[in-house]
Amino acid sequence: MADKILAKDKLPEFLAQLEKEHRVYAPQLQGDDYRWAPLEQAGDVVWDFSNTRLSPKEFFFPQTECMMRFVNDPADPEGMIMKPEEPLDEKRVLMNIRPCDAKAFGVLDLIFCQDDYTDDPYWRDKREKTLLVALACNDPCPQCFCTSVGCGPHSEAGSDLLLVDLGDKLLVKVTSERGAAFAEGLEEAGEDDQKKAAELKKAAEDKLAQNLTVGTDKIAQKEVLELFDDPMWDRVWESCLNCGTCTFCCPTCHCFDIQDETQGKEGRRVRNWDWCMHWLFTRHGSGHNPRGTSKERVRQRFMHKFKYIPLKRGGEIGCVGCGRCVVLCPVNIDVREVVNQMNA
Amino acid sequence: MDFEAVTQKIREIAKRLLSEGQVDAVLGYREGTVPMRERPFFAYTPEEAEQLVWTPFCCNNLANFLIRKPKGEIGKWGIVAQGCVTRNLVGLIQENQLKREELFIIGVPSPGMVDRRKVLDKFPGKTISQVLVEGEELVIKGPGLDERLDMKTVKRDNCYTCIQRNPVIVDEMACDKAENDSMGGDIDKMAAPWESLDPDQRWQAFYDNFKDCIRCYACRDACPLCYCHVCFVDESQPQWCGKTQDFADVATFHLLRAFHCAGRCTDCGACESACPVGIKMRRLTSKIEKDIRQMYGYRPGLEIEATPPMSVYKPNDPEDFIK
Repeated sequence: MADKILAKDKLPEFLAQLEKEHRVYAPQLQGDDYRWAPLEQAGDVVWDFSNTRLSPKEFFFPQTECMMRFVNDPADPEGMIMKPEEPLDEKRVLMNIRPCDAKAFGVLDLIFCQDDYTDDPYWRDKREKTLLVALACNDPCPQCFCTSVGCGPHSEAGSDLLLVDLGDKLLVKVTSERGAAFAEGLEEAGEDDQKKAAELKKAAEDKLAQNLTVGTDKIAQKEVLELFDDPMWDRVWESCLNCGTCTFCCPTCHCFDIQDETQGKEGRRVRNWDWCMHWLFTRHGSGHNPRGTSKERVRQRFMHKFKYIPLKRGGEIGCVGCGRCVVLCPVNIDVREVVNQMNA
Repeated sequence: MDFEAVTQKIREIAKRLLSEGQVDAVLGYREGTVPMRERPFFAYTPEEAEQLVWTPFCCNNLANFLIRKPKGEIGKWGIVAQGCVTRNLVGLIQENQLKREELFIIGVPSPGMVDRRKVLDKFPGKTISQVLVEGEELVIKGPGLDERLDMKTVKRDNCYTCIQRNPVIVDEMACDKAENDSMGGDIDKMAAPWESLDPDQRWQAFYDNFKDCIRCYACRDACPLCYCHVCFVDESQPQWCGKTQDFADVATFHLLRAFHCAGRCTDCGACESACPVGIKMRRLTSKIEKDIRQMYGYRPGLEIEATPPMSVYKPNDPEDFIK
């Protein structure tokens, strides 16, 4: 479908059309950070934010998710039988999600839904019920490096519609079949609009080129053990606190820990975000820990995202360059520097 | 404070210590890649010591890193330390985690560190790409942004109520000591709000304070007091604390951690600086600090010979809180 135009003053009608079947969420300023929240009215939509503090992955992968419940009583006829949780009861739109976050969920699709044996119903259910209306970045922030990892400020990967802010109107690119339905009623974009969008894209890419950029081409060519045994890791880990900050703010991190909780006669099986920086992450029941040192764990994070995932997922990198970990790491371990060292 | 001069002096001292073999490494800071956050740095050679800096953005507690290195790897450490950090070093020595002989303390009086969130708050929604120090002012730059702020107005909460700017133990100062150890703020005002609230109001205030917690444990992991091999939240035999986001579990973590810091916390602020979601966990520790101070007349980390009240039983310990 051709690109369309949506005037900003026509936004209420556009949202009303979405709201017939969806709950719309959008980034909103709360305190000094932007966070995802239900959109109450069209006027609350923000066009000039950088990104939300934490990624929107909670919409698909909640930090705590109850997977199933059971009556914790062997004497009960229904007891000790796992009952599934209800699927998501609403359809949703993530309005103005950034292209990096939209792409991230496409990367996670490759991990959560791989084949008949690995098809996470919790992930899939939420993904199928959520429309992503992305907002292209015209003004990337200093810590972003999306163009270095196969993404970009106007990337179309992973979204259903991509909006480009032209000022008083938005260029609407249809980036999936699902998105087409919502763009049908809109006017076609003219050549001038297309040209302006292309200029904005180039300006954003030029700006990104001035940030600290990241090279990944040599990592693809190096053997795993060559990277794994590189002496660089002896220094990278030193100031790492092994907290979960980088993992939890990251849109592509996806590890979890499953546990059963019981209280009296109630029981539930729940999964929580886990983080590979933590010593418990790989600790065996026997007490043995294959990654017992901080160095091994810190190395793991970068090897997983920049070497193992590309190896196993046809070249996709496990990072979209959103820059959140760079901003939030309490000791300022900068992923861009680490990856450049890996790529040396 | 003349940050440039202190930076040069720290580099000079560190280079000398390393080239003379007096220490195996110097733990300090080097320039960060993001505004308002320098990074903890381990300098092993005089060349690496050239990277050391001292700025009002040194927001971690370096004592934390001395308990994380595998023992036996480093014989003697140089460490750049201001008042609160040296109080933690004293605490770690009292708790037999460090020996005084293992340390060469390069002392600096604390200028009071900048709270990056307070600066971000002044420019909501704006991107800050650079923050420079000019005298007593910060120069804040970004797209459509070129502002100045008086540094005094954006310091960390704990720095306003500091009682010990100068190092308590030190081997060599990187500049003259500050005339006053105290910054002059009233720490009881931080703790006092709890006392005026009834239990229901306290619970609501507590919930409001901690509801954004994502259990990343950055606060715990940044804290020099938290060196247990197995933290209580990680214990599974038995499991004391749930791992979910149920507020009961979030509350358990924060409440118990605060109590484990009783009589030990020096109010260094590293926890609040580390938190990625801006939680003010000092609202708990400040109340506990006040209680310890009033019940036992004790302030942690000021004297190596002192015996921390939570480590020692005395027959005349206060009992009036036992009802």
